[in-house]
Amino acid sequence: MTLTNKLLLFGLLTGLAAYSMPNHTRADENAQVVKITASKFHFTPDHITLVKGQPVTLQLTSTDATHGFLIRALKIDTDIKPGTVTEMTVTPATAGTFKAICDHYCGLGHSGMKLTVVVKETVAKTSSAKVAGASNPYRGKQRANS
Amino acid sequence: MKEPMDRRSFLRIAGMSLGIGVIYEFAPFLARRAEAGAITDFFKRVNGEAPASFTFAQFSDPHVGFQGPPDPLGTKAFETAVELINKNGQRPDFVLFTGDLTHDAESRDVHSQRMQLFKSIAGRINTSGLYTVPGENDAALDGGVLYREHFGESHYSFDHKGVHFVALDNVSRGRPEVGPEQLAWLKADVARYPKTAPIVVFTHRPLFDLKPEWEWFTADGDDVMKVLAPYENVTVLYGHIHRHHFQQNGKVKHYAARSLIFAFNDPATNEDKKPLPFNKDDPFKELGIRTVSDGGDRAVLAMNDVVLTRTEFSGLSGMQQMIKGSNSTGGGSSNDAD
Repeated sequence: MTLTNKLLLFGLLTGLAAYSMPNHTRADENAQVVKITASKFHFTPDHITLVKGQPVTLQLTSTDATHGFLIRALKIDTDIKPGTVTEMTVTPATAGTFKAICDHYCGLGHSGMKLTVVVKETVAKTSSAKVAGASNPYRGKQRANS
Repeated sequence: MKEPMDRRSFLRIAGMSLGIGVIYEFAPFLARRAEAGAITDFFKRVNGEAPASFTFAQFSDPHVGFQGPPDPLGTKAFETAVELINKNGQRPDFVLFTGDLTHDAESRDVHSQRMQLFKSIAGRINTSGLYTVPGENDAALDGGVLYREHFGESHYSFDHKGVHFVALDNVSRGRPEVGPEQLAWLKADVARYPKTAPIVVFTHRPLFDLKPEWEWFTADGDDVMKVLAPYENVTVLYGHIHRHHFQQNGKVKHYAARSLIFAFNDPATNEDKKPLPFNKDDPFKELGIRTVSDGGDRAVLAMNDVVLTRTEFSGLSGMQQMIKGSNSTGGGSSNDAD
């Protein structure tokens, strides 16, 4: 194996590892990735921490039925269907503690499905231009589970 | 508490103390209005029925099949409400049920039995009509299939003595929403009516953002309100929140009815939604009523909360009687009732 091939293989493996790790920053999009799994009747994890002004990509999956994922304060409202990864990138514009709930009825126990989202202030002061740019932070898409 | 009432309104909403539930009296003041003749002519032409005073009642959230710590009495409050309304001298023309008629069940057969029991109890009401909309417990898991087998369509409309009633289903899509098809139907339905026609919408969830983090909202409620915005006399009656609430947004008045199973805590002072604990000395506490009257002045609508005291059931011995006689259908129940 040539040095070039070795470097390519190393780069590929590193990239794959980074992509599959939860709460890991994806260098290419500068977005933290958070994976959340919905099951009757809980989210895993049930607590995540984000940073104000920093983009985060949420990857949502369901192990059983269709669930909902609503955080009104962060303008997130989507269904999570089994067999697909629902992915969206958001940039929290406000620090604080917010509740995510399942807003797609999934049976008795549904109203207990909650997840706490803590958005911390950035360490370095974010520029006003960046905060303003985060005022419309939502973009969402769904893709088939591979 | 006094809520201002538009002097131009066609409707006077008057309430009576029933113990549990809400009864409304609609008295159209058509004689005083220039356009009254047009409204009268319209309803006569459409269905041969001129506006007239009448009463109806709203019951909500009986959750038939539920029996747990927040309410070990099962259907007792529901059955008591039926007894009270039958004893009341003023027979309602009809009763509206604003959802969660039954408590959800894993088994389709058990859920079906609960719907049958609901119909059996509701059928004892001395009235000419029962109109229902589903709650998420009735219809959200199967898209409303079982509900429609028992109760028919989940959205519809009808006229009664000069008032147009619209049943909206904001649960059957799984999410708290009405959906584009029903919105299109609503738009076509109300388009037939003059802008001054009295319209009563009844549904399960609030059609505005009352407390989204407690799922007290309808995602496309704003779209519903846009359809209804041109109409001058719109009242929305709903359930789901298991407590009294009144809010006026623009010209539209939204009234929540208490439940017939247990109450939820106050969203203004609590972070998490929880049922209020059962009080054996006051088993129907917070399941009581809202009375509505004109307060002696037709320009002011008086809303009064009345705490019910059911003396015949108070105290330990009364409680034991109730528990012994209470109904339950099907298997175990969960505390998850909303």
